[in-house]
Amino acid sequence: MTIALGFLAIILATLLGWLLKHTFNVAPWETETVSDTAHHGPLGGVDKTTLIALLTFLAVVSSFFALILSAYALRMDLGDWVPMTEPQLLWTNTVMLIAASIVFQWTRNAAVNGQTSRLRPGLLITGVLTLGFVLGQIVAWQQLQNSGHYISSNPANAFFYFLTGAHAVHILGGLYVWARATQKVVLGTADVAAVRRSVELCTIYWHFLLLVWLVLFGLLLST
Amino acid sequence: MSYVAFADRDHEHEHHDPDTFITKYIWSQDHKVIAIQYGLTAIFVGLIALGLSAMMRLQLGFPNDFHFINPENYYQFITMHGMIMVIYLLTALFLGGFGNYLIPLMCGSRDMVFPYMNMLSYWAYLLSVIVLVISFFVPGGSTGAGWTLYPPQAISAGTPGVDLGILLMLVSLAIFIVAFTMGGLNYVTTVLQARCKGMTLMRMPLSVWGIFIATILGLLAFPALLVSAIMMLFDKTLHTSFFMPAISSMGVDPGYTGGSPILFQHLFWFFGHPEVYIVALPAFGLVSDLLSTHARKNIFGYRMMVWAIIAIGGLSFIVWAHHMYVSGMNPYFGFFFATTTLIIAVPTAIKVYNWVLTLWEGNIHLRVPMLFAIGFIFTFIHGGLTGLFLGNVTIDLPLSDTYFVVAHFHMVMGVSPVLVVFGAIYHWWPKITGKMYNETLGKWHFWMTFLGTYAIYLPMHYLGFAGVPRRYFAMGNTDFLPASAQDLNAAITISALFVAAAQLLFFINMIWSLVKGPKSDPNPWHATTLEWQTPDHPPKHGNWGHHLPEVHRWAYDYSVPGYKDDFIPQNVPADKAPAGRDHGGAH
Amino acid sequence: MPFAVVLILLVVGSILFHFLSPWTFTELASNWGMVDLTVDITLYVTGFVFVVVNLFMAYCVIRFRHKKDARAAYEPENKKLEYWLTGITAVGVALMLTPGLFVWAKFVDVPEDAHVVEAIGQQWHWTYRYPGVDGKLGEVDAERISADNPFGIDPEDPHGQDDVIVYNPEAHIPVDRPVKFLLRSKDVLHNFTVAQFRVKMDLVPGMNTFMWLTPTVPGRFEVLCEELCGIGHFAMRGAVVVDEAADFDRWLAQQTTFSEQSARAAGNATIGAAQYAVCAACHGSQGEGNAALNAPKLAGQPAWYLKRQVMSYKTGLRGVGPGDTYGQQMVGMVATLPDEASVDNVVAHIQTLPDNATVTTIDGDIARGQKLYTVCAYCHGGDGMGRQALNAPRLSGSSDWYLARQLRHFKEGVRGAHPKDYYGYQMGLLSQTLQDEQAVDDIVAYINTL
Repeated sequence: MTIALGFLAIILATLLGWLLKHTFNVAPWETETVSDTAHHGPLGGVDKTTLIALLTFLAVVSSFFALILSAYALRMDLGDWVPMTEPQLLWTNTVMLIAASIVFQWTRNAAVNGQTSRLRPGLLITGVLTLGFVLGQIVAWQQLQNSGHYISSNPANAFFYFLTGAHAVHILGGLYVWARATQKVVLGTADVAAVRRSVELCTIYWHFLLLVWLVLFGLLLST
Repeated sequence: MSYVAFADRDHEHEHHDPDTFITKYIWSQDHKVIAIQYGLTAIFVGLIALGLSAMMRLQLGFPNDFHFINPENYYQFITMHGMIMVIYLLTALFLGGFGNYLIPLMCGSRDMVFPYMNMLSYWAYLLSVIVLVISFFVPGGSTGAGWTLYPPQAISAGTPGVDLGILLMLVSLAIFIVAFTMGGLNYVTTVLQARCKGMTLMRMPLSVWGIFIATILGLLAFPALLVSAIMMLFDKTLHTSFFMPAISSMGVDPGYTGGSPILFQHLFWFFGHPEVYIVALPAFGLVSDLLSTHARKNIFGYRMMVWAIIAIGGLSFIVWAHHMYVSGMNPYFGFFFATTTLIIAVPTAIKVYNWVLTLWEGNIHLRVPMLFAIGFIFTFIHGGLTGLFLGNVTIDLPLSDTYFVVAHFHMVMGVSPVLVVFGAIYHWWPKITGKMYNETLGKWHFWMTFLGTYAIYLPMHYLGFAGVPRRYFAMGNTDFLPASAQDLNAAITISALFVAAAQLLFFINMIWSLVKGPKSDPNPWHATTLEWQTPDHPPKHGNWGHHLPEVHRWAYDYSVPGYKDDFIPQNVPADKAPAGRDHGGAH
Repeated sequence: MPFAVVLILLVVGSILFHFLSPWTFTELASNWGMVDLTVDITLYVTGFVFVVVNLFMAYCVIRFRHKKDARAAYEPENKKLEYWLTGITAVGVALMLTPGLFVWAKFVDVPEDAHVVEAIGQQWHWTYRYPGVDGKLGEVDAERISADNPFGIDPEDPHGQDDVIVYNPEAHIPVDRPVKFLLRSKDVLHNFTVAQFRVKMDLVPGMNTFMWLTPTVPGRFEVLCEELCGIGHFAMRGAVVVDEAADFDRWLAQQTTFSEQSARAAGNATIGAAQYAVCAACHGSQGEGNAALNAPKLAGQPAWYLKRQVMSYKTGLRGVGPGDTYGQQMVGMVATLPDEASVDNVVAHIQTLPDNATVTTIDGDIARGQKLYTVCAYCHGGDGMGRQALNAPRLSGSSDWYLARQLRHFKEGVRGAHPKDYYGYQMGLLSQTLQDEQAVDDIVAYINTL
């Protein structure tokens, strides 16, 4: 459980630091001049409310993956664990996901700078790359099945399917939002500001899932 | 999930009043309606769980006198009773119910920041409840694995509901967690982002603090339950061995190898212990506001109270294995977890002291909500102190898995939060409905519930001392228990049935109030917090009419020296509340 | 005012209840007096807090109850008071925690000279294993568990050959010698608890757990399972008998070792056929039973069950209950079988007899019986064929009048009354769920259809 605890320590330390900053040395019963602490305005181009919601959601997802990794570490030490050889295809998939992230960043920058003409190709390329990643993962599963690495044959296999599956589900969730934004852009019904917000948030989400994937992939390779 | 809402969200301050019945009361995006939907659904399942507990008590008090209770359904009853009460009633009611109703009103916002997602949260919760209820009626019935769902028995032969029952339970939990996450993102973001002008963090009422920190705990802890539920689903359906070791189940080898049941327990309690505080912290917050308002005095040591909530929340993540002292985990962990567990007693004790000190030199109005609040302090002291027994690893040796544990957690997590729930409903009822209830009936309800529950749980601790194990369908004859233990069990059952019946008073009172109750004053308790200062009573969609309120003081300006009234609402500017000026009621 | 009075009464009442309650810790029978001491320290510290805080609260409610024109004081906080309270609480907590940690350190540290007893849990029975003369337990493996090797001992492991195996729920240990209980489960979680010993620990399949104690009082102490292990959890009972050293050694010498058990010759049906002549007088030459003579059908019943019942009659566990006249007859009859080998032989002969259908003598509501049978099915199987792993005999194809009579005997405590008849006791607990006479007939009527 050390992984989960370490992760939580980071989250809680951030939270505590922030809370202490706002609550220490405050004597709330003293009536003073009104100050507005709630921010509604945009920050760095992204609407802060949705950004905070997204970051909170990412904390939840991180907790989810940190806990699986904790379970992984605990389960790995038990006798029946047989390390698994990951399919080579995962390297290709990883490259696709990295490329998707880069293109998304490029699209986002374009959107922020008002270069709306780049939105359509940017979104489409990212989507294709990401879909390619998901399909690649499915093919990798297929390969494992064909070579007799079933989910029930060993805990290492079970964790492999679980981790990659959980990650792919999160990617699919992102693709749903991507699809809605892309649809509007392609049909030309897009409200520029709304699409820009979607693209910005999606970019963060894509980077985050790339990071999660790199951690998972690194772990799978090293064990 | 959150993206759905990002894409669909209305523009920030645009609130179209819903006009049809359906959009107003069913597919409503109004936090107040969603709160009531959450509340009613939670109370409905809570009543099912109450019925289950009555059945269990009948068997324990009068073993084998009732032909509709056999060991199979007894274990199903205890499982569903526990699961419903902890998750589907208390978690949903405190966060989905009170959280939804109070956060926007107390923070001075028009609604949750993502109303559409808020609505989805309720409907997903309802779906999880429906799946749960369906599990009673599938072949084999609901699961009887105990609310902790420990493998291997949760998914191996010898346990009721080992096929569809456990599957539906796990699926229902997964749906609940999705629902909670959608709601929780809303509560956190709303508290952080949608507070009105002047509402600094340290001016927030403790109710909001309790709900806010509890939500953060929930967001970080529920994933542990989700992970363990998914892994158990895999073990059950795909025959993986995450948790399942090589076993010989009833003489048959089911084909599992090498899994670790202890791993499940770690994951489960990593969620399960914070869950205690997910329920307790909102109760702490709400009761603080009840005490302060009805004692006409500021909550004593507000800052300490806030930090205690934060400290308890943080510590709750490093005490989980105190549920596992005798589970067979590495026994050296006992030293660490006993120490952290007893440390958590310190901030908790501070909260109790400050509640009692709020009464000191107060001007105590013993109205119905206040009776429940003080009753809560009494039961919570009792339950908290017995926690010091079980948290201390050595004392857990004789007492773990006995009725002492049952008595302890019912006192601290059953009776105490439920007293707060009732107190809070009586307190905010006039705001929610615009009607008053019958005070006398409310007092009767309090006395019967408070004294009745104490009569149930005080003796139960002593059954535990004597060594009566929990989760026993029948004790049979033993050498070490006095025969009178069975008489005591019968007496406990009678108290339990009495308490269950007493809840009728509550429903009668509330229905009477809705139908015939007198109209209430917009601020009947002369409270300072924002929800009592709405322009409409009860508040309408959008809460604040044309202008958002502006906050000028903290939530506890009661009996401030030099002012005529004994309360100054939060939205009264410093220069507008001079001594002697009358500003009763709403603004 | 009444509220405050009630609060005070509750405090006083709780104290009185505590001191007058006859329901308290059982008398200690092990070295863990320190556990009781830790409990007492915590009781006094928490009791003090309980009384003081609640009485203070009651005082506040009396003293500061709303009066006309009264006004509350205004005091946002009082840092000094809060620090003092925090400090005192911390001291109180330390006072309770410190002894707890010391005692736990002792519990974790098993004495070098502790002798080992392995307690094995399965749904819903206890069995035990003692290391033989070599002092070492043999390797075990869940995958080796079978009817012939219920402990799953590795036959290749030399350490396992001399292991003493106790296939019943009663263990013996010598008094005043530290004992380390090694705990192992075959199927699900269990928990080994003896209330008088104060310590307990879970049994976890897939791993070994342990606990230790030194018994200080000779006598018989009940073992309870205290971790939910399925529907029969509450009926999973056993006992630890604490003997004087000499008695213990005598007892241990009488038990069977793994190698003895493996080497035991199977019963000889031919020899058994001759000895069966006595039985045939009542049970019939084909083992078909005879209702008029109150002799049930034997054919079709598995060997392990027949043997256990004959041995129970022989050792006085069965046929001794009040009013068990038929059982008493059997006690006399089994005396004709001089030793275990002859029992094996007769049982082997019965296995060769044809399993013919019985005559139905009991009518009942089959649909209701089927519902009631769901609980029975957990052990005896949905088909009523019985399961050796659960010590549950076959029910289908038996003499129905006999089943009904035995159910009534279990319910009334005629059978299963002997303190050492653990399987009978278990059935006694479960038969209680059949509340009325009609239920017995209904369930037997349903079993007739299996």
